Amino acid sequence: MLLIRCPFCGARGESEFRYGGEAHIARPPDPSAVDDAAWTDFLYMRTNPKGVHAERWRHIHGCGRFFNCLRDTVSDRIIATYPVGQSRPDAE
Amino acid sequence: MRFSFATLLRQAFTGNAWPEQWRSPEPRSTYDVVIVGAGGHGLATAYYLASEHGIRNVAVLEKGWLGGGNTGRNTTIIRSNYLQDASAALYEHALKLWEGLAQTLNYNVMYSPRGVLMLAHTEHDVRVFRRHVHANRLAGIDNEWLTPEQAQQFCPLLNVSADLRYPVLGAALQRRGGVARHDAVAWGYARAASALGVDIMQNCEVTAIRRDASGAVTGVETTRGPIAARKIGVVAAGHTSVVMAMAGVRLPLESFPLQALVSEPVKPVLPCVVMSNTIHAYVSQSDKGELVIGAGTDAYTSYSQAGGLHIVTHALEAICELFPTFRRLRMLRNWGGIVDVTPDRSPIVGLTPVPGLFVNCGWGTGGFKATPGSGHVFAATIARGEPHPIVVPFALDRFRTGRLIDEAAAAAVAH
Repeated sequence: MLLIRCPFCGARGESEFRYGGEAHIARPPDPSAVDDAAWTDFLYMRTNPKGVHAERWRHIHGCGRFFNCLRDTVSDRIIATYPVGQSRPDAE
Repeated sequence: MRFSFATLLRQAFTGNAWPEQWRSPEPRSTYDVVIVGAGGHGLATAYYLASEHGIRNVAVLEKGWLGGGNTGRNTTIIRSNYLQDASAALYEHALKLWEGLAQTLNYNVMYSPRGVLMLAHTEHDVRVFRRHVHANRLAGIDNEWLTPEQAQQFCPLLNVSADLRYPVLGAALQRRGGVARHDAVAWGYARAASALGVDIMQNCEVTAIRRDASGAVTGVETTRGPIAARKIGVVAAGHTSVVMAMAGVRLPLESFPLQALVSEPVKPVLPCVVMSNTIHAYVSQSDKGELVIGAGTDAYTSYSQAGGLHIVTHALEAICELFPTFRRLRMLRNWGGIVDVTPDRSPIVGLTPVPGLFVNCGWGTGGFKATPGSGHVFAATIARGEPHPIVVPFALDRFRTGRLIDEAAAAAVAH
Protein backbone atom coordinates (compact mmCIF):
# COMPACT_ATOMS: atom_id res chain seq x y z
CA MET A 1 0.00 0.00 0.00
CA LEU A 2 1.34 3.38 -0.98
CA LEU A 3 1.81 6.22 1.48
CA ILE A 4 0.53 9.26 -0.41
CA ARG A 5 1.01 12.85 0.64
CA CYS A 6 -2.18 14.76 -0.07
CA PRO A 7 -1.18 18.41 -0.67
CA PHE A 8 -4.01 19.48 1.63
CA CYS A 9 -4.15 16.83 4.36
CA GLY A 10 -0.67 15.33 4.54
CA ALA A 11 0.51 11.72 4.28
CA ARG A 12 -2.20 9.05 4.36
CA GLY A 13 -2.54 5.41 3.36
CA GLU A 14 -3.48 4.57 -0.21
CA SER A 15 -6.87 3.18 0.85
CA GLU A 16 -8.04 6.75 1.51
CA PHE A 17 -7.48 7.64 -2.13
CA ARG A 18 -8.93 6.89 -5.55
CA TYR A 19 -6.60 6.66 -8.54
CA GLY A 20 -7.56 9.02 -11.36
CA GLY A 21 -5.37 8.01 -14.32
CA GLU A 22 -2.81 9.97 -16.27
CA ALA A 23 -2.63 13.68 -15.45
CA HIS A 24 -2.32 16.72 -17.71
CA ILE A 25 -4.69 15.40 -20.39
CA ALA A 26 -6.77 18.41 -21.37
CA ARG A 27 -10.25 17.87 -22.75
CA PRO A 28 -10.54 19.64 -26.10
CA PRO A 29 -12.50 22.83 -25.35
CA ASP A 30 -14.72 22.28 -28.39
CA PRO A 31 -15.03 18.51 -28.94
CA SER A 32 -16.92 18.83 -32.20
CA ALA A 33 -14.10 20.91 -33.63
CA VAL A 34 -11.45 18.18 -33.33
CA ASP A 35 -11.09 15.26 -35.71
CA ASP A 36 -11.54 11.60 -34.76
CA ALA A 37 -7.82 11.05 -34.31
CA ALA A 38 -7.49 13.87 -31.77
CA TRP A 39 -10.60 12.74 -29.95
CA THR A 40 -9.31 9.14 -29.82
CA ASP A 41 -6.06 10.43 -28.44
CA PHE A 42 -7.86 12.34 -25.71
CA LEU A 43 -10.21 9.51 -24.78
CA TYR A 44 -8.01 6.45 -24.98
CA MET A 45 -4.33 6.93 -25.75
CA ARG A 46 -2.07 6.88 -22.72
CA THR A 47 1.66 7.36 -22.22
CA ASN A 48 1.94 4.38 -19.84
CA PRO A 49 5.63 5.10 -19.18
CA LYS A 50 8.12 2.80 -17.53
CA GLY A 51 9.57 5.49 -15.30
CA VAL A 52 8.19 8.77 -14.04
CA HIS A 53 4.41 9.03 -14.44
CA ALA A 54 2.28 12.11 -13.81
CA GLU A 55 -1.07 10.94 -12.49
CA ARG A 56 -4.19 12.15 -10.74
CA TRP A 57 -5.36 10.99 -7.35
CA ARG A 58 -8.42 12.00 -5.38
CA HIS A 59 -8.44 12.02 -1.59
CA ILE A 60 -11.91 10.53 -1.58
CA HIS A 61 -11.95 9.54 2.10
CA GLY A 62 -10.39 12.82 3.20
CA CYS A 63 -10.74 16.29 1.78
CA GLY A 64 -12.27 14.91 -1.42
CA ARG A 65 -10.02 16.97 -3.62
CA PHE A 66 -8.13 15.97 -6.76
CA PHE A 67 -4.39 16.51 -6.94
CA ASN A 68 -1.53 15.38 -9.14
CA CYS A 69 1.34 13.09 -8.32
CA LEU A 70 4.69 12.16 -9.86
CA ARG A 71 5.49 8.51 -9.28
CA ASP A 72 8.19 6.18 -10.59
CA THR A 73 6.31 3.20 -12.06
CA VAL A 74 9.30 0.89 -11.64
CA SER A 75 9.88 1.43 -7.91
CA ASP A 76 6.43 2.91 -7.11
CA ARG A 77 8.30 5.65 -5.24
CA ILE A 78 6.31 8.89 -5.09
CA ILE A 79 8.47 11.81 -6.13
CA ALA A 80 6.09 14.71 -5.61
CA THR A 81 2.45 15.59 -5.16
CA TYR A 82 1.09 18.96 -6.28
CA PRO A 83 -2.23 20.75 -6.70
CA VAL A 84 -4.24 20.59 -9.90
CA GLY A 85 -3.45 23.50 -12.18
CA GLN A 86 0.20 23.59 -11.26
CA SER A 87 2.56 22.49 -14.04
CA ARG A 88 4.43 19.24 -13.75
CA PRO A 89 7.50 19.64 -11.53
CA ASP A 90 10.95 18.31 -12.44
CA ALA A 91 11.37 14.66 -11.57
CA GLU A 92 14.64 15.25 -9.71
CA MET B 1 13.60 -36.10 -30.26
CA ARG B 2 9.97 -37.12 -30.46
CA PHE B 3 8.36 -37.90 -27.11
CA SER B 4 6.63 -41.27 -26.87
CA PHE B 5 6.37 -44.18 -24.49
CA ALA B 6 9.19 -45.90 -26.39
CA THR B 7 11.41 -42.82 -26.02
CA LEU B 8 10.67 -42.70 -22.32
CA LEU B 9 11.61 -46.37 -21.90
CA ARG B 10 14.78 -46.00 -23.93
CA GLN B 11 15.92 -42.95 -21.97
CA ALA B 12 15.09 -44.65 -18.68
CA PHE B 13 17.12 -47.75 -19.46
CA THR B 14 20.06 -46.14 -21.24
CA GLY B 15 20.39 -43.31 -18.72
CA ASN B 16 21.07 -40.84 -21.50
CA ALA B 17 20.54 -37.20 -20.66
CA TRP B 18 17.48 -35.61 -22.24
CA PRO B 19 18.55 -33.21 -24.97
CA GLU B 20 17.89 -29.50 -24.74
CA GLN B 21 14.32 -28.78 -25.76
CA TRP B 22 15.15 -25.84 -27.99
CA ARG B 23 18.25 -24.38 -29.57
CA SER B 24 19.86 -21.20 -28.20
CA PRO B 25 21.59 -19.84 -31.31
CA GLU B 26 23.47 -16.60 -31.80
CA PRO B 27 21.20 -14.09 -33.57
CA ARG B 28 21.70 -13.83 -37.33
CA SER B 29 21.78 -10.44 -39.00
CA THR B 30 18.51 -10.85 -40.92
CA TYR B 31 15.18 -12.61 -40.46
CA ASP B 32 11.92 -12.57 -42.38
CA VAL B 33 9.97 -11.93 -39.16
CA VAL B 34 11.08 -10.80 -35.71
CA ILE B 35 8.77 -11.51 -32.78
CA VAL B 36 9.39 -9.38 -29.69
CA GLY B 37 8.61 -11.37 -26.57
CA ALA B 38 9.05 -15.10 -25.88
CA GLY B 39 5.98 -15.64 -23.77
CA GLY B 40 3.27 -18.09 -24.71
CA HIS B 41 1.65 -15.77 -27.25
CA GLY B 42 4.93 -14.85 -28.95
CA LEU B 43 6.19 -18.42 -29.13
CA ALA B 44 2.82 -19.64 -30.40
CA THR B 45 2.95 -16.96 -33.09
CA ALA B 46 6.40 -18.13 -34.17
CA TYR B 47 5.31 -21.76 -34.15
CA TYR B 48 2.26 -21.15 -36.35
CA LEU B 49 4.26 -18.90 -38.70
CA ALA B 50 6.59 -21.85 -39.25
CA SER B 51 4.08 -24.69 -39.20
CA GLU B 52 1.12 -23.16 -41.04
CA HIS B 53 2.61 -20.43 -43.20
CA GLY B 54 6.02 -21.86 -44.09
CA ILE B 55 7.81 -18.82 -42.68
CA ARG B 56 10.65 -20.45 -40.78
CA ASN B 57 13.23 -17.69 -40.91
CA VAL B 58 11.84 -16.23 -37.70
CA ALA B 59 13.53 -14.83 -34.58
CA VAL B 60 11.86 -14.60 -31.18
CA LEU B 61 13.60 -12.04 -28.97
CA GLU B 62 13.19 -12.14 -25.22
CA LYS B 63 14.69 -9.61 -22.85
CA GLY B 64 14.52 -11.99 -19.88
CA TRP B 65 14.00 -15.71 -19.89
CA LEU B 66 11.52 -17.71 -21.89
CA GLY B 67 8.04 -17.70 -20.39
CA GLY B 68 9.23 -15.62 -17.44
CA GLY B 69 6.63 -12.89 -17.75
CA ASN B 70 2.91 -13.31 -17.45
CA THR B 71 3.08 -16.79 -18.99
CA GLY B 72 4.79 -17.98 -15.83
CA ARG B 73 2.79 -15.78 -13.47
CA ASN B 74 -0.87 -16.37 -14.27
CA THR B 75 -3.41 -18.72 -12.71
CA THR B 76 -3.76 -20.84 -15.90
CA ILE B 77 -7.53 -20.61 -16.24
CA ILE B 78 -8.95 -21.55 -19.63
CA ARG B 79 -12.52 -20.79 -20.72
CA SER B 80 -14.34 -19.28 -23.68
CA ASN B 81 -17.69 -18.16 -22.19
CA TYR B 82 -17.40 -14.51 -23.19
CA LEU B 83 -20.47 -12.42 -23.85
CA GLN B 84 -19.72 -10.58 -27.09
CA ASP B 85 -19.77 -12.58 -30.32
CA ALA B 86 -16.36 -11.33 -31.38
CA SER B 87 -14.78 -12.33 -28.06
CA ALA B 88 -16.54 -15.67 -27.90
CA ALA B 89 -15.28 -16.49 -31.41
CA LEU B 90 -11.70 -15.60 -30.48
CA TYR B 91 -11.58 -17.45 -27.17
CA GLU B 92 -13.47 -20.44 -28.56
CA HIS B 93 -10.93 -20.62 -31.38
CA ALA B 94 -8.27 -20.86 -28.66
CA LEU B 95 -10.21 -23.43 -26.64
CA LYS B 96 -10.53 -25.71 -29.68
CA LEU B 97 -6.78 -25.51 -30.18
CA TRP B 98 -6.18 -26.27 -26.47
CA GLU B 99 -8.10 -29.50 -26.87
CA GLY B 100 -5.55 -30.95 -29.29
CA LEU B 101 -2.50 -28.96 -28.29
CA ALA B 102 -0.53 -31.69 -26.52
CA GLN B 103 -0.80 -33.91 -29.62
CA THR B 104 -0.03 -31.05 -32.00
CA LEU B 105 3.11 -30.07 -30.13
CA ASN B 106 4.03 -33.60 -28.99
CA TYR B 107 4.39 -32.03 -25.56
CA ASN B 108 2.21 -32.59 -22.53
CA VAL B 109 0.71 -29.20 -21.72
CA MET B 110 -1.51 -30.86 -19.10
CA TYR B 111 -4.69 -29.28 -20.39
CA SER B 112 -7.32 -30.37 -17.90
CA PRO B 113 -10.94 -29.51 -18.81
CA ARG B 114 -12.19 -29.83 -15.26
CA GLY B 115 -14.87 -27.18 -15.53
CA VAL B 116 -14.94 -23.47 -14.68
CA LEU B 117 -17.62 -22.46 -12.20
CA MET B 118 -18.46 -18.74 -12.16
CA LEU B 119 -20.46 -17.77 -9.11
CA ALA B 120 -23.33 -15.30 -9.04
CA HIS B 121 -23.87 -13.45 -5.75
CA THR B 122 -26.39 -10.77 -6.60
CA GLU B 123 -29.53 -10.46 -8.68
CA HIS B 124 -27.48 -8.50 -11.19
CA ASP B 125 -24.93 -11.34 -11.39
CA VAL B 126 -27.70 -13.86 -11.96
CA ARG B 127 -29.14 -11.91 -14.86
CA VAL B 128 -25.74 -11.20 -16.42
CA PHE B 129 -24.57 -14.80 -16.17
CA ARG B 130 -27.80 -16.19 -17.52
CA ARG B 131 -27.44 -13.81 -20.42
CA HIS B 132 -23.91 -15.17 -20.88
CA VAL B 133 -25.24 -18.72 -20.86
CA HIS B 134 -27.85 -17.95 -23.50
CA ALA B 135 -25.44 -15.96 -25.68
CA ASN B 136 -22.86 -18.73 -25.50
CA ARG B 137 -25.29 -21.48 -26.33
CA LEU B 138 -26.54 -19.51 -29.35
CA ALA B 139 -22.92 -19.32 -30.46
CA GLY B 140 -22.46 -23.06 -30.00
CA ILE B 141 -20.30 -22.69 -26.88
CA ASP B 142 -21.06 -24.87 -23.87
CA ASN B 143 -22.20 -22.98 -20.79
CA GLU B 144 -24.92 -23.98 -18.36
CA TRP B 145 -26.73 -22.48 -15.43
CA LEU B 146 -26.58 -24.24 -12.05
CA THR B 147 -28.63 -23.67 -8.93
CA PRO B 148 -26.65 -23.23 -5.69
CA GLU B 149 -27.34 -26.88 -4.82
CA GLN B 150 -26.11 -28.05 -8.22
CA ALA B 151 -23.04 -25.86 -7.86
CA GLN B 152 -22.29 -27.45 -4.52
CA GLN B 153 -22.73 -30.91 -6.01
CA PHE B 154 -20.15 -30.02 -8.62
CA CYS B 155 -17.82 -28.45 -6.05
CA PRO B 156 -18.58 -30.05 -2.67
CA LEU B 157 -16.57 -27.72 -0.42
CA LEU B 158 -18.27 -24.63 -1.76
CA ASN B 159 -20.22 -22.78 0.91
CA VAL B 160 -23.72 -22.11 -0.44
CA SER B 161 -25.16 -21.17 2.94
CA ALA B 162 -27.59 -18.25 2.97
CA ASP B 163 -25.55 -16.74 5.82
CA LEU B 164 -22.78 -15.56 3.52
CA ARG B 165 -22.32 -11.84 3.19
CA TYR B 166 -22.69 -12.46 -0.55
CA PRO B 167 -24.58 -15.75 -0.80
CA VAL B 168 -24.18 -17.93 -3.87
CA LEU B 169 -27.38 -17.48 -5.89
CA GLY B 170 -26.30 -19.71 -8.74
CA ALA B 171 -23.40 -20.36 -11.05
CA ALA B 172 -22.49 -20.59 -14.71
CA LEU B 173 -20.51 -23.69 -15.54
CA GLN B 174 -18.39 -24.21 -18.62
CA ARG B 175 -17.39 -27.86 -18.46
CA ARG B 176 -14.81 -27.61 -21.26
CA GLY B 177 -13.02 -24.88 -19.35
CA GLY B 178 -10.20 -25.76 -17.01
CA VAL B 179 -6.48 -25.28 -16.56
CA ALA B 180 -3.20 -26.16 -18.25
CA ARG B 181 0.42 -26.20 -17.14
CA HIS B 182 1.60 -22.69 -18.01
CA ASP B 183 5.35 -23.40 -18.25
CA ALA B 184 4.74 -26.45 -20.41
CA VAL B 185 2.81 -24.28 -22.86
CA ALA B 186 5.81 -21.98 -23.31
CA TRP B 187 8.27 -24.86 -23.42
CA GLY B 188 6.14 -26.91 -25.79
CA TYR B 189 5.74 -24.06 -28.27
CA ALA B 190 9.44 -23.17 -27.97
CA ARG B 191 10.49 -26.75 -28.63
CA ALA B 192 8.15 -27.19 -31.57
CA ALA B 193 9.05 -23.80 -33.08
CA SER B 194 12.77 -24.39 -32.64
CA ALA B 195 12.49 -27.78 -34.36
CA LEU B 196 10.97 -26.00 -37.37
CA GLY B 197 13.89 -23.59 -37.58
CA VAL B 198 12.73 -20.65 -35.44
CA ASP B 199 15.60 -18.99 -33.53
CA ILE B 200 14.77 -18.12 -29.92
CA MET B 201 17.11 -15.63 -28.28
CA GLN B 202 16.82 -15.09 -24.53
CA ASN B 203 18.52 -12.21 -22.72
CA CYS B 204 18.15 -10.21 -25.91
CA GLU B 205 16.34 -6.97 -25.24
CA VAL B 206 15.04 -4.80 -28.06
CA THR B 207 16.31 -1.26 -27.54
CA ALA B 208 15.11 0.42 -30.74
CA ILE B 209 12.97 -0.16 -33.81
CA ARG B 210 14.57 0.96 -37.07
CA ARG B 211 12.49 2.44 -39.87
CA ASP B 212 13.28 3.61 -43.41
CA ALA B 213 12.42 6.91 -45.08
CA SER B 214 8.90 5.73 -45.91
CA GLY B 215 8.32 4.89 -42.25
CA ALA B 216 8.31 1.12 -42.73
CA VAL B 217 10.23 -1.01 -40.26
CA THR B 218 13.63 -2.33 -41.30
CA GLY B 219 14.68 -4.09 -38.11
CA VAL B 220 15.49 -3.76 -34.45
CA GLU B 221 18.46 -2.83 -32.30
CA THR B 222 19.04 -5.26 -29.48
CA THR B 223 21.44 -5.77 -26.60
CA ARG B 224 22.95 -8.51 -28.79
CA GLY B 225 23.33 -6.38 -31.90
CA PRO B 226 21.13 -5.17 -34.75
CA ILE B 227 18.72 -7.55 -36.49
CA ALA B 228 17.10 -6.67 -39.81
CA ALA B 229 13.53 -7.71 -40.60
CA ARG B 230 10.74 -6.33 -42.79
CA LYS B 231 8.07 -7.61 -40.42
CA ILE B 232 8.06 -7.18 -36.65
CA GLY B 233 5.41 -8.59 -34.33
CA VAL B 234 5.31 -7.08 -30.86
CA VAL B 235 3.92 -9.47 -28.25
CA ALA B 236 5.32 -7.82 -25.13
CA ALA B 237 2.30 -7.86 -22.79
CA GLY B 238 2.79 -5.31 -19.99
CA HIS B 239 5.76 -3.73 -21.79
CA THR B 240 3.97 -3.21 -25.11
CA SER B 241 3.66 0.55 -24.58
CA VAL B 242 7.42 0.75 -24.00
CA VAL B 243 8.32 -1.23 -27.12
CA MET B 244 5.79 0.47 -29.37
CA ALA B 245 6.98 3.91 -28.22
CA MET B 246 10.26 3.01 -29.96
CA ALA B 247 8.34 3.24 -33.24
CA GLY B 248 6.42 6.32 -32.14
CA VAL B 249 3.13 4.44 -31.76
CA ARG B 250 0.85 5.38 -28.87
CA LEU B 251 -1.57 2.75 -27.67
CA PRO B 252 -4.70 2.77 -25.50
CA LEU B 253 -2.96 0.69 -22.86
CA GLU B 254 -2.23 0.97 -19.19
CA SER B 255 -0.05 -1.53 -17.33
CA PHE B 256 -1.12 -2.72 -13.90
CA PRO B 257 0.31 -5.24 -11.43
CA LEU B 258 -1.84 -8.35 -11.11
CA GLN B 259 -1.09 -10.69 -8.23
CA ALA B 260 -1.44 -14.37 -7.61
CA LEU B 261 -0.43 -16.70 -4.81
CA VAL B 262 -0.27 -20.37 -3.96
CA SER B 263 -0.97 -22.21 -0.73
CA GLU B 264 0.89 -25.12 0.79
CA PRO B 265 0.05 -28.35 -1.06
CA VAL B 266 -2.85 -30.45 0.21
CA LYS B 267 -4.67 -33.53 -1.02
CA PRO B 268 -7.28 -33.02 -3.77
CA VAL B 269 -10.01 -30.78 -2.39
CA LEU B 270 -11.09 -28.67 -5.33
CA PRO B 271 -12.18 -30.53 -8.46
CA CYS B 272 -12.76 -27.49 -10.67
CA VAL B 273 -11.92 -23.85 -11.17
CA VAL B 274 -14.05 -21.48 -9.08
CA MET B 275 -14.35 -17.82 -10.00
CA SER B 276 -16.24 -15.00 -8.41
CA ASN B 277 -16.13 -11.64 -10.10
CA THR B 278 -18.31 -9.91 -7.55
CA ILE B 279 -16.30 -10.64 -4.42
CA HIS B 280 -13.23 -11.09 -6.57
CA ALA B 281 -11.65 -14.44 -6.02
CA TYR B 282 -10.55 -17.16 -8.29
CA VAL B 283 -9.05 -20.44 -7.26
CA SER B 284 -8.11 -23.85 -8.57
CA GLN B 285 -5.89 -26.65 -7.32
CA SER B 286 -2.69 -27.57 -9.12
CA ASP B 287 -1.60 -31.14 -9.70
CA LYS B 288 0.98 -30.60 -6.95
CA GLY B 289 -1.89 -29.89 -4.56
CA GLU B 290 -1.32 -26.18 -4.11
CA LEU B 291 -4.31 -23.90 -4.27
CA VAL B 292 -3.62 -21.40 -7.04
CA ILE B 293 -5.32 -18.13 -6.18
CA GLY B 294 -5.76 -15.07 -8.33
CA ALA B 295 -6.13 -11.62 -6.83
CA GLY B 296 -6.95 -8.32 -8.46
CA THR B 297 -4.96 -5.53 -10.02
CA ASP B 298 -3.70 -2.53 -8.13
CA ALA B 299 -5.47 0.74 -8.75
CA TYR B 300 -2.43 2.45 -10.28
CA THR B 301 -0.21 1.73 -13.28
CA SER B 302 3.09 0.12 -12.44
CA TYR B 303 5.90 -2.01 -13.85
CA SER B 304 7.06 -3.16 -10.42
CA GLN B 305 5.79 -6.79 -10.70
CA ALA B 306 4.69 -6.38 -7.07
CA GLY B 307 1.32 -5.25 -5.88
CA GLY B 308 -0.11 -4.07 -2.59
CA LEU B 309 -0.74 -6.50 0.27
CA HIS B 310 -4.30 -5.23 0.71
CA ILE B 311 -5.14 -6.57 -2.75
CA VAL B 312 -4.24 -10.17 -1.92
CA THR B 313 -5.78 -9.87 1.54
CA HIS B 314 -9.04 -8.93 -0.13
CA ALA B 315 -8.88 -11.98 -2.41
CA LEU B 316 -8.08 -14.32 0.47
CA GLU B 317 -10.96 -13.00 2.54
CA ALA B 318 -13.29 -13.81 -0.33
CA ILE B 319 -11.80 -17.30 -0.75
CA CYS B 320 -12.18 -18.03 2.97
CA GLU B 321 -15.79 -16.93 2.83
CA LEU B 322 -16.53 -19.30 -0.04
CA PHE B 323 -14.41 -22.13 1.36
CA PRO B 324 -14.27 -21.85 5.17
CA THR B 325 -12.08 -24.97 5.32
CA PHE B 326 -9.29 -23.12 3.52
CA ARG B 327 -8.97 -20.61 6.35
CA ARG B 328 -6.16 -22.51 8.06
CA LEU B 329 -4.04 -22.97 4.94
CA ARG B 330 -0.73 -21.17 4.80
CA MET B 331 0.30 -19.32 1.69
CA LEU B 332 3.66 -20.28 0.21
CA ARG B 333 4.39 -17.77 -2.49
CA ASN B 334 2.97 -14.51 -3.80
CA TRP B 335 4.01 -12.67 -6.95
CA GLY B 336 2.89 -10.10 -9.45
CA GLY B 337 2.84 -9.77 -13.20
CA ILE B 338 2.33 -6.66 -15.31
CA VAL B 339 -0.82 -6.79 -17.40
CA ASP B 340 -1.63 -4.40 -20.23
CA VAL B 341 -5.24 -3.31 -20.03
CA THR B 342 -7.31 -1.67 -22.77
CA PRO B 343 -10.30 0.64 -22.20
CA ASP B 344 -12.78 -2.03 -23.37
CA ARG B 345 -10.91 -4.95 -21.75
CA SER B 346 -10.53 -6.65 -25.11
CA PRO B 347 -7.18 -7.33 -26.79
CA ILE B 348 -5.67 -5.47 -29.73
CA VAL B 349 -4.44 -7.77 -32.48
CA GLY B 350 -3.42 -6.66 -35.93
CA LEU B 351 -1.73 -4.00 -37.98
CA THR B 352 -0.43 -0.66 -36.73
CA PRO B 353 -0.01 2.70 -38.48
CA VAL B 354 3.65 1.72 -39.08
CA PRO B 355 4.11 -0.52 -42.18
CA GLY B 356 5.55 -3.90 -41.26
CA LEU B 357 4.84 -3.45 -37.55
CA PHE B 358 2.21 -5.73 -36.02
CA VAL B 359 0.95 -5.78 -32.46
CA ASN B 360 -0.72 -8.36 -30.25
CA CYS B 361 -1.46 -6.88 -26.84
CA GLY B 362 -4.10 -5.73 -24.38
CA TRP B 363 -4.99 -9.20 -23.09
CA GLY B 364 -5.25 -7.67 -19.65
CA THR B 365 -5.87 -10.07 -16.82
CA GLY B 366 -6.95 -12.99 -19.02
CA GLY B 367 -4.43 -13.70 -21.75
CA PHE B 368 -3.28 -17.19 -20.86
CA LYS B 369 -6.49 -18.87 -21.99
CA ALA B 370 -6.08 -17.34 -25.43
CA THR B 371 -2.46 -18.42 -25.98
CA PRO B 372 -2.93 -20.90 -28.85
CA GLY B 373 -5.67 -18.90 -30.56
CA SER B 374 -3.82 -15.64 -30.18
CA GLY B 375 -0.66 -17.07 -31.71
CA HIS B 376 -2.63 -18.77 -34.47
CA VAL B 377 -4.50 -15.70 -35.66
CA PHE B 378 -1.56 -13.35 -35.14
CA ALA B 379 0.70 -15.60 -37.25
CA ALA B 380 -1.88 -15.51 -40.05
CA THR B 381 -2.11 -11.73 -39.71
CA ILE B 382 1.65 -11.30 -40.01
CA ALA B 383 2.01 -13.82 -42.83
CA ARG B 384 -0.74 -12.31 -44.99
CA GLY B 385 -0.25 -8.70 -43.98
CA GLU B 386 -3.96 -8.39 -43.23
CA PRO B 387 -6.00 -9.34 -40.17
CA HIS B 388 -7.18 -12.91 -39.78
CA PRO B 389 -11.03 -12.87 -40.03
CA ILE B 390 -11.42 -13.64 -36.32
CA VAL B 391 -9.39 -10.61 -35.25
CA VAL B 392 -10.83 -8.08 -37.67
CA PRO B 393 -12.98 -6.63 -34.83
CA PHE B 394 -9.91 -6.42 -32.57
CA ALA B 395 -8.05 -3.90 -34.72
CA LEU B 396 -6.41 -0.88 -33.10
CA ASP B 397 -8.68 1.26 -35.28
CA ARG B 398 -11.75 0.37 -33.19
CA PHE B 399 -10.83 3.10 -30.70
CA ARG B 400 -11.22 5.64 -33.49
CA THR B 401 -14.37 4.19 -35.05
CA GLY B 402 -15.97 3.61 -31.65
CA ARG B 403 -16.70 -0.06 -32.37
CA LEU B 404 -15.45 -1.20 -28.98
CA ILE B 405 -15.82 -4.79 -27.79
CA ASP B 406 -16.98 -4.10 -24.32
CA GLU B 407 -16.10 -7.00 -22.09
CA ALA B 408 -15.51 -4.67 -19.13
CA ALA B 409 -19.04 -4.70 -17.82
CA ALA B 410 -19.58 -8.24 -19.05
CA ALA B 411 -16.71 -9.89 -17.25
CA ALA B 412 -15.85 -7.44 -14.45
CA VAL B 413 -12.24 -7.70 -13.35
CA ALA B 414 -11.68 -11.41 -13.56
CA HIS B 415 -11.34 -12.50 -17.17
